[in-house]
Amino acid sequence: MAQGGLCATIKIFEKIPQITAMVLCNERDFLENYWGRDMPGLQIDKLSMRFDLPDGGSVQALKDVTIDLKAGELLSVLGPSGCGKTTLLNIVAGFLAPTSGEITLNEKRVYGPGPERGMVFQQGALFEWMSVRENVGFGPRMKGMAEKPKREIVDHLLDVVGLQEFKEKAVYELSGGMQQRVALARCLANEPDVILMDEPLGALDALTREKMQGLVLKLWKETGKTIILITHSVEEALLLGERLIVMAPRPGRIHKEYNLPFAEMGVGQDLREVKKHPDFNSTREEILSMIWDMEEEIMGGASA
Amino acid sequence: MNLLSDLGAELVAVLAAVVGALPYILAYILVVLATMFIWSFIKRMMTPKHDYGSLKTVTFGDESAVTSNTTASVVSIVLIFVFWGAFTGSKLLPGFLHMPGPYVGESSFTYTATDGSQTDDATVSVVVFELGAEVADPVVDPGEGFAKNDSIAVAAYRSKLLRVDQNDELGREDGVTITAVNGEPISAGNPVKTDFGTVSMSPKGTLNVAPAKGIQMEPIWLPAPEAVWARMVDISKDGYRNSTLWEHLGYSLFRVVVGFLLGAIVGIPLGYAMGLSNWFRGWFDPIVEFMRPVPPLALIPLVIIWAGIGEVGKIILLFLAALWIMAIAARSGVSGVRISKVHAAYSLGASKWQIMRHVIIPNSLPEIFTGARVAMGVCWGTVVAAELVAAEKGVGMMIMVASKFQSTDIVMMGIILIGIIGFSIDLLVRWLERWLVPWKGKG
Repeated sequence: MAQGGLCATIKIFEKIPQITAMVLCNERDFLENYWGRDMPGLQIDKLSMRFDLPDGGSVQALKDVTIDLKAGELLSVLGPSGCGKTTLLNIVAGFLAPTSGEITLNEKRVYGPGPERGMVFQQGALFEWMSVRENVGFGPRMKGMAEKPKREIVDHLLDVVGLQEFKEKAVYELSGGMQQRVALARCLANEPDVILMDEPLGALDALTREKMQGLVLKLWKETGKTIILITHSVEEALLLGERLIVMAPRPGRIHKEYNLPFAEMGVGQDLREVKKHPDFNSTREEILSMIWDMEEEIMGGASA
Repeated sequence: MNLLSDLGAELVAVLAAVVGALPYILAYILVVLATMFIWSFIKRMMTPKHDYGSLKTVTFGDESAVTSNTTASVVSIVLIFVFWGAFTGSKLLPGFLHMPGPYVGESSFTYTATDGSQTDDATVSVVVFELGAEVADPVVDPGEGFAKNDSIAVAAYRSKLLRVDQNDELGREDGVTITAVNGEPISAGNPVKTDFGTVSMSPKGTLNVAPAKGIQMEPIWLPAPEAVWARMVDISKDGYRNSTLWEHLGYSLFRVVVGFLLGAIVGIPLGYAMGLSNWFRGWFDPIVEFMRPVPPLALIPLVIIWAGIGEVGKIILLFLAALWIMAIAARSGVSGVRISKVHAAYSLGASKWQIMRHVIIPNSLPEIFTGARVAMGVCWGTVVAAELVAAEKGVGMMIMVASKFQSTDIVMMGIILIGIIGFSIDLLVRWLERWLVPWKGKG
């Protein structure tokens, strides 16, 4: 069929970056990238990103960001606005190509977006022309999965996120919190290896947010997915992040890294209890003042 | 400089017309306000409602509290027909609502003729008959004296010259002049009011009998509603200009639908290409942006030169009218897709074709429907205008030909039908929109 031919042609074009990379790297490096390493999980290696501006200058959005994430880890990324955390996530998702550095997922180098890296957006990324069920079944449908197994997956996931009653509703009939549950379920339905979350709870009110944090923790434990969570709420980063990276701006870089016990404690528990932990408060204060100083610096830099 | 002074003079004329219309506009606004007060009074009499809107205390400035009052809409439409009927003497209205009409009936006046030495009076019988009737001058007894009695039959709204001395024993040639009508002195430039209207005198001494016209409209300017309705029944039965009414309407609608569909079939893919590819956007942007502000009506002469006055020319014109609107609507529909939706679809494993099919097309549908509504409206306006210029069939042609024969009733009928059809097209597209894109504005 003509369409098949067209798809094949497009596929060839999609391979061009890889072929180019083969030519640019020497062959040994290339082989190492593809088959040489024996590390499951997500490796972000010396990632740099520089945007050229029309006036001839440039912005260094990221500089030498290196993160090694093992399978099943939950990493939260925190930082003042403009520190490049969203750029980082977009590069990992494959929506942006870094100017240097590379990303490896389960020993395969990452080019462009792919179903093995699912993404949950802040809001408005659901397809409002589809029902809740169709939204969640989007990934399997794109793979061409048969109706029956797809239905089972969707039913199961909607039960898990607590939307049993809303399967046939239109997404715009749901509240913001419910919509984010749909977004989570839609991402999980595709069975990604890594879930990237770009402030998924940012637009929710405080109470809904707390409930959703519990849900994220529960899903993380149950599915064992690797998760990168971007947030600007220090509390959320502390509660959910098994590992926490604080980024600094200009250029965007890793400022400090923490390993935290709170996510483990929070699984299946009241999150408010976790917040009463003495370490929780001291860490929160430490990070807050760190970010505060960075913001001060930006303001000072702007006025100078 | 000449142009400026000319335009200045035109502006003065326009402003004078506006000032002349002001009292009527103000009177109409007074009617609107009066009915509003009456309605609010009636509403207070009824049991008060306690729905969400009526419990708001602040409504002035709250846009959400302002909803269209159905009663006002009904009253306004009824009032249009009442005014129409009142100024045309419609039989549908009770007589007391009629504006003063033209004088109709029999009357008379006397004139006084003199040659300096002798004076004589004679009576002129006047019959004012309804417009369209045929009435001969009544026969009257000549009477005594050298001035003989006359008679005249004149149609309402018209006037007629009458040489009263023609049958007199002594006429204009004998130095006799007419000095008074009904005892009041008359001369050229000094008319006399009578009970049926006015009698004036020409410089040569001929009397001009002008019955009062009232302030109703002559049917040739504005026919009564029932006359328009009767004409519509007539034409739908017998047709007009070798075609039935349905043929006229059908041809116009056919042109609009075919022209619009062709425009959409070409315009939507063009808009998608412009929304999805730098090259296509760069290529077609100048063309589309240039052609969009050119009114389709301005293309009529060129289309007639190139394609003649047949169906092809008209459909080309409507195609061009719809094309740019649909292309721009599709383009903005594609540009309006939130990047996070596209990103989400990619990270769920969709291919480019699947993104197109499942994200971009559904996301652009609301914009395309908005464009379709605009395009249908423009097409309907353009087809009527194109038919005004040249056509063998169509509503536009119908009202144009009718206007040449002063058949104002057909013109009115055509305008009303054009309005009704345009409105129905809009309703239809809106209904389709509600049915096919229920998610509009909910993203």
